[in-house]
Amino acid sequence: MAQNTTVPTAGHDEHHHENTVVFGFWVYLMTDCIIFGSLFATFAVLRNQFNGGPTPHELFEFGGLGLETALLLLSSITYGFGMIAAHKTQISKVIMWLGVTFLLGLGFVGLEVREFAHMIADGAGPDRSAFLSAFFTLVSTHGLHVTCGLIWIVTLMVQLMGTTEIPERMMNKLTCLSLFWHFLDIVWICVFTYVYLASMI
Amino acid sequence: MLGRLSLSAIPLDVPILVGTFIGVLIVGVAVLGLITYYGKWGYLWKEWFTSVDHKRLAVMYIVLALVALARGFADAIMMRTQLALAYAGNPGYLPPHHYDQIFSAHGTIMIFFLAMAFMTGLFNFIVPLQIGARDVAYPFLNNLSFWMTAVAFMLVNVSLFIGEFSQCGWLAYPPLSEMQFSPGVGVDYYIWAIQISGVGTLLTGVNFFVTIVKMRAPGMSWLKMPVFTWTAFCSSILIMATFPVLTVAVALLGLDRYFGMHFFTNDGGGNQMLYLNLIWAWGHPEVYILVLPAFGVFSEVVPAFSGKPLFGYKTMVYATCSIMVLSFLVWVHHFFTMGAGPDVNAFFGIATMIISIPTGVKLFNWLFTMYKGRIQYHACMYWAVGFMVVFTIGGMTGVMMAIPGSDFVLHNSLFLIAHFHNVIIGGVYFGYVCGMNFWAPKVLGFKMNEAWGIRAFWFWLVGFFFAFMPLYVLGFEGMTRRINHYDNPAWHPWMLIAEVGAVLILFGVVCQLMQIFVSIRDCNKPENRDFTGDPWNGRTLEWSTSSPPPVYNYAIVPHVSTLDAFTHDKENGIDTRQAGGQYEAIHMPKNTASGICAGAFALIFGFAAVWYIWWLAAIGLVGVIATVIARSANKDIDYYIPAEEVARIENEHTRKLMAQAAE
Amino acid sequence: MSNPNTSSSGESHGSVSSYLIGFVLAVILTVLSFGVVMSHSLAPTGTLAVLSVLALVQVLVHLHYFLHMGSGSEARWNNIAFVFTVAFVSILIVGTVFIMANTSMNMMSR
Repeated sequence: MAQNTTVPTAGHDEHHHENTVVFGFWVYLMTDCIIFGSLFATFAVLRNQFNGGPTPHELFEFGGLGLETALLLLSSITYGFGMIAAHKTQISKVIMWLGVTFLLGLGFVGLEVREFAHMIADGAGPDRSAFLSAFFTLVSTHGLHVTCGLIWIVTLMVQLMGTTEIPERMMNKLTCLSLFWHFLDIVWICVFTYVYLASMI
Repeated sequence: MLGRLSLSAIPLDVPILVGTFIGVLIVGVAVLGLITYYGKWGYLWKEWFTSVDHKRLAVMYIVLALVALARGFADAIMMRTQLALAYAGNPGYLPPHHYDQIFSAHGTIMIFFLAMAFMTGLFNFIVPLQIGARDVAYPFLNNLSFWMTAVAFMLVNVSLFIGEFSQCGWLAYPPLSEMQFSPGVGVDYYIWAIQISGVGTLLTGVNFFVTIVKMRAPGMSWLKMPVFTWTAFCSSILIMATFPVLTVAVALLGLDRYFGMHFFTNDGGGNQMLYLNLIWAWGHPEVYILVLPAFGVFSEVVPAFSGKPLFGYKTMVYATCSIMVLSFLVWVHHFFTMGAGPDVNAFFGIATMIISIPTGVKLFNWLFTMYKGRIQYHACMYWAVGFMVVFTIGGMTGVMMAIPGSDFVLHNSLFLIAHFHNVIIGGVYFGYVCGMNFWAPKVLGFKMNEAWGIRAFWFWLVGFFFAFMPLYVLGFEGMTRRINHYDNPAWHPWMLIAEVGAVLILFGVVCQLMQIFVSIRDCNKPENRDFTGDPWNGRTLEWSTSSPPPVYNYAIVPHVSTLDAFTHDKENGIDTRQAGGQYEAIHMPKNTASGICAGAFALIFGFAAVWYIWWLAAIGLVGVIATVIARSANKDIDYYIPAEEVARIENEHTRKLMAQAAE
Repeated sequence: MSNPNTSSSGESHGSVSSYLIGFVLAVILTVLSFGVVMSHSLAPTGTLAVLSVLALVQVLVHLHYFLHMGSGSEARWNNIAFVFTVAFVSILIVGTVFIMANTSMNMMSR
C-alpha cells in the first residue's frame, strides 16, 4: 500500500480513486480557507461601522469566549485520540472518542447560539449595524461549519457501528473529517484573536 | 404557503415573453415527444444523465453551452435592435424594465453558462486523455458539477416566465441590487443561480487540479505535460482561489436582502465599494480562467496545422503561470473611478500593464510556430489566425484603459463594452469554437464539415468588426453603457452599423448550427469518418487512442518519455496503444443517479428560496444533504471490465484500423 | 500498511504524546493571548502585535501537532497548496484593507 502511493502517477494503480480522496479534501479545505479569508477581509473593513449601536466592549465577554475556546481545543485532541484508535482498528474506542468530540462540539455550538440569542434579544442583532452584520456572518459561518462537522461525526458513528474492521474508504472519511475538524480549530484561533480579543484591546 | 408566488408573477402582459413561452413550449413538447416516441428515455438516463464518464459529461456541457449561446445571443440581438430603433423620441420596442433584465441576463448567461460550461466541457474531454488517465479524480463529483451548472441555468430561464430577472447588470452592484431599490425577485434569481453554479464550478476546479497533480501517466513530468493541460491546470487553480470570493460577495448581498443586514446598504454603516472590491477580486481572475484554456487550444491547434512543434514550449508554460499569478494583483482596474487615490490606482494600473508582457510572449510563440511551417488552412486555423488579429486589438484597448487617467474618460462607456467583447469573443469564444472543431473527430469519430465552419468563421469575424468597432467610437463620443434610448443624432449611424454587425453574427451562429447538422448528417461519408483516431497527425496522447475513445480511454496506460509523446512514438515506430504489455481487468466507477438527484433538489431549493417558500426550501436543502450522505454510504460504486472484454474492444479497433489502411 | 506511521494517503498520524504536547502548547498560547488583552499591560499597538505573533505561533502548532503537516515528499503538494492559499488570502486581505482605507481617506467618507 505505502509503495503504491509513492508513485506520483497513479494512473495504473487500481486504488487511485481512494488515494486521491484525502488530498482532494485538503484542496477543498484550502478553498474553504479562502471563504474565511474573504469574510475576515470584510470584517476588517466594517469593524468600526457601529452606526451608533453597541461596540465590542459592550458586547463581548472573556468568560464565554474562554469556555468556547476550551471546548473546541479539547475536542481537537479527543478527535486525535479517536484517529489513533482508528489506526489500531479499535472500533469501539473510535466510536467513544467520536462521541466525546461530538458532545464537546455540541457544547461549543450551544454556547455560541446562546451568545447570539442574548445579543439579538439586547437589540444587537445582525441588522443593527455593518459591524454586527460582519461579526455575525463570520462567526456563524464558523459555527455552521462546526455544525456540519457534527452531522458528519454522527454519520460516521452510525456507519462504524456493528463493523469489525475499518476499510480504506472508511479510513479516508475519518482522515478527511480529522482535517476538517482541526482546520476549524485553526479558523477559531483567528476568530478569537482578531474578532474578539483585538476588538477588546 | 407559496410565499411571494402568485399567478400575477407570470408576465402575461408582455407579448414578447408570451410569444417566447409559446415557442419554447412547442419546441420543448416536440423534443420530449420525439424522445418518448423513439423510446430513448432509458437510453438517455442510463448512458448520459447518470454517466460519470468524463467524455459523456463533456458532450453534455458543450450542449448546455450551445443552448446558453442561443439564449444569450437572442438577448444580444434584441438589445442591438432596441438601440437601432430607440432614437430621437422613439421609445423602441423594449421598455426599460424589460431591457434592463435582458442586458443583465445576457452577461450572466454568456459568462456563467456559455463560457464556463464550454470551458468545462473542453477540460472534461481533453485533460484526462492528454495526461493518459482513465477518468478524472472524482467521477461522481464531476457528474454533480454538471447538474449544478445545468440546474442553475434552468433557474435563470425559469425567471423568464415566472417573475422577472435581475435588472442590475451582470454583477448586480449594490445599492441598486439591495432590497430598497430592487424589491422584486430578479436579484434573488440571480443570487441563487450564481451560488448553485458556483458549487459546480468550484468542484470542477478541485477535480481537475487533483486529476492533473495525481493522475498523469507514468513519466509525464511537469515539463512534459501538453500546454492545454497546463492552461487547464492554471485555470483550475484560479477557480479554486477566486470562486470562494464570489460566493462570499454574493452571499453577503443575499444576507442584506434576506436578513436586512448592512454590508452594502446605504444606511447602517454599509459600504457598497466593498462589494466592488470583493466581486472583482473574483471577476478579474475569472476572465483569465476563461481565456487561458483558449490559449491552450491555440497552442495545440497551431502546431498541429503548421506541422511543427510549438515554438518556445517552456516560455509558454512560464507565461501561463505568470499570467495566473499576476491576475490576482489587478482587480482595481475595474473600478479606478471608485475614488481610491493615486497610490492604489498606480499600483494596479502598472500591474495590469505588466500582464500584456506574458500575453505578448504567447502571441509571438504562436507566430513563430507558424513561421516557416507547412500551414494547412483548416477551419481551426481560420479561428486561430482570426483570434490573433482580434485579440491583439482587444489587448491594446485594454492597455489603454489600464491607464487610470484615461480610464476616467472611458469607464462605463461603450468603449469598455467594445473592449471586453473584443477579448472575450476574439479570445475565449474563437478559442473554444476552434477547440470544438479540432477535437470533434476525437469526441464523435467523424470530422466536422469544413465549408460551413469556414463560413461561420467569416460571418463571425466580419460581424464582430461591424458590431463592436462602432462601440469604440461611441465610447469616445460619450455614450454610456446600459442606455435604453437616446437623443444624440451623432450616435445613431454607429448604432445602425452595430446592428448590421449583430445580424452578420446571427448568420455566423446559423452557419455553426448548420455545420453541426451537416456534420451529423454526413457522418458516415468515408472522407469524414475517422477510424485512425489521429486525423490531424496530432502530437499529444489523446490522438493515440481510438475515436471515440473506449470508456476506459487507454487499455494499457501509456508511458511518456518526452514532450509531444505521441509524435515521439510515431517517429520511433512505437505503437503507443500496445506499448507496455498485457491487457488487464480495468477498474471503473459505476454510473450514479445521485448527481441528477442532488441537482433536482438544488433546483427546488433555489426556486423556493427565490419565492420565500420556506417549507419547500427546507425540503430541497435536506434533499441535497441526504443525497450526498446516501451516496457516501453506498458501497456499490465501482466495477471491473474483464481483460477479455478489453481485448475484444481493442481488437475490434485494430481490425478497423487495418481495414482503413487497406483501402 | 508497512509503515505504521504512514497511512495510505501519506498523512502521518501522530501519537498520544504528540497530541498532548500540541494541546499543552495550544493552551499556553491561548492563555497568553487572553492574558495580554485582559491585563492591559501593553499599548494597543503592542498588544495587537503580540496577539498576532501568538496567533501565528498557535496556528503553526496546530498545523504541526494536529494536522501533521510535514516535510515529507508525499506531503509536498499538500504544502504547496497550503502556501499558495496563504499567499492568496494575504493578497486578498491586505489588498482589500489597502484599497478600502485609501478610498475612505480620499472620499472623506469615514
